[in-house]
Amino acid sequence: MQLDFEKPIAELEVKLAEMKKLANESNVDVSSAVRDLEERIQSLKEETFHNLTRWQRVQLSRHPDRPYTLDYIYNITSDFVELHGDRTVKDDKAMVGGFGNIDGKTFMLIGQQKGRNTKQRQMRNFGMANPEGYRKALRLMKMAEKFNKPIITFIDTPGAFPGLEAEERGQGEAIARNLKEMATLKVPVICIIIGEGASGGALGIGVGDKVLMLENTWYSVISPESCSSILWRSWEYKEQAAEALRLTSSDMKELQIVDDVIPEPLGGAHQDSIWMSDQIKSVILKETAALEKLDTEDRIMKRIEKFSNMGVVAS
Amino acid sequence: MAWFKREERGILTPTEKKKEAPDGLWFKTPSGKIIHIRELKENAYVTPDEDFHVRIGSREYFEILFDDNEFTELNEDMVSGDPLQFKDTKTYPTRIEAGKKKSGLNDAVRTVYGKMNRLDFAVACMDFDFIGGSMGSVVGEKIAKLIDHCLETKTPLLIISKSGGARMMEAGLSLMQMAKTSAKLALLDRAGIPFISLLTDPTTGGVTASYAMLGDFNIAEPGALIGFAGPRVIRETIGKDLPKGFQSAEFVLDHGFLDFIIDRRNLKTRLTTLLKMLAAGN
Repeated sequence: MQLDFEKPIAELEVKLAEMKKLANESNVDVSSAVRDLEERIQSLKEETFHNLTRWQRVQLSRHPDRPYTLDYIYNITSDFVELHGDRTVKDDKAMVGGFGNIDGKTFMLIGQQKGRNTKQRQMRNFGMANPEGYRKALRLMKMAEKFNKPIITFIDTPGAFPGLEAEERGQGEAIARNLKEMATLKVPVICIIIGEGASGGALGIGVGDKVLMLENTWYSVISPESCSSILWRSWEYKEQAAEALRLTSSDMKELQIVDDVIPEPLGGAHQDSIWMSDQIKSVILKETAALEKLDTEDRIMKRIEKFSNMGVVAS
Repeated sequence: MAWFKREERGILTPTEKKKEAPDGLWFKTPSGKIIHIRELKENAYVTPDEDFHVRIGSREYFEILFDDNEFTELNEDMVSGDPLQFKDTKTYPTRIEAGKKKSGLNDAVRTVYGKMNRLDFAVACMDFDFIGGSMGSVVGEKIAKLIDHCLETKTPLLIISKSGGARMMEAGLSLMQMAKTSAKLALLDRAGIPFISLLTDPTTGGVTASYAMLGDFNIAEPGALIGFAGPRVIRETIGKDLPKGFQSAEFVLDHGFLDFIIDRRNLKTRLTTLLKMLAAGN
């Protein structure tokens, strides 16, 4: 699938492929034309992806080819043991987690999981966890604490599920508890927004010593569409809403809500998921090493202080 | 035969010459009875016949809770900035000004401490009249600072929630107030200081998903709407009408997320009993 702004590039790429095929078949020397076209494609890519609007970045964050939590987990670990269930109600398939091995070191890896096709999307509930998902995540985090293993969370959700049973089982309480419990976890916690970071559903696994965002992701209190429907009373103002919400990775870094932005390959993470995974892996290893140097209590107080400093009031 | 004969047809008094009782003297209860506002006030703003809990603000709650209505307010003058220069159909500063005018307050929470039945007590109370009681940086910061006060002085904390959730006009910054207040409450836990969360009508969204659900005691007023997602969103998601009483305080109690429902007229007494029990030496 292609997004609107990906189409002109894709068209040129088709042309390039045709030209190369023609050259092969006819022995005509088209090398200079090929070079020209390649340069054109590269400059069009740079022009497009260096000038994305906020709404276009939201679209990229939801690109159907984009790597999801389990893609990254399988790419960066040599072994992964997935663990299931919240021990109370059920196993929420929108939230996955387990122990994994990265370069000989054991981590607890947790994240929201989206589906790649209709059947999977349904099973994963579009990455929208129920309360049992947040409780499963907390159970795994507490277990990581018990065994003194650092925690990595991958955030990718359009929001916590707004369903009837979710309310009955205390969606608000489940998220709130995670926020409080994560603040004082004794092991290092690194949170990485890999796609959509929508509201309390994202924050529910998002309280960490380091919070990082991939370049083409968003993080805010509400999606641009819902914001449009509430404030403009129409679904038509999503572009304006995306601008107003200042929800991109560079916005969030500027507002000191996230600690760092992890660059993506030109065109987005889905253009080279192996490269992207390697970047994530090296960031995880680097940040964990730095965090492990801190004394446990010191690390917890720094984490709390970091979130305490967030917010802007008039001076 | 009638005693009086109407000579001119219809009502001819122009609207501006209509004689009305001054605003705020009388209150119409849900069953249609008209009662004097003094009677309502003396009854903790609960209607005498049907026990209906009228929506009130911080001014009224402080009056109900504090001895002789005496308390000290923290960060009274703190006001919202416009960090994102947010603009939808109106600018954020316009909405702030409207909120100030409507509520007579600087933002959607007031944080105070004083004595309740001679016990030290700190209270953060949200005001729905200020942009729907929404939580932005000011709400988060004031609550965080009140928790600091409680940590320093070992004072029990009550937060009275009444909110539509996080404030959209501060986007990511509002969202982080959930993490900020929850992290501070974790410190109260460590210090063994009691925290009571009173959920009033309505408490939804990011407020429910942070401090409102984190009390050692979660209590609520009768009939209050309490939930994470709003009823409209849920109805649209599941494509069905919601069962009667869904997301009411009684429903939330029944599902195990509240300790008890409290009639506002008994609030002060019950809180005092609870705090005295916790403070008693064994």
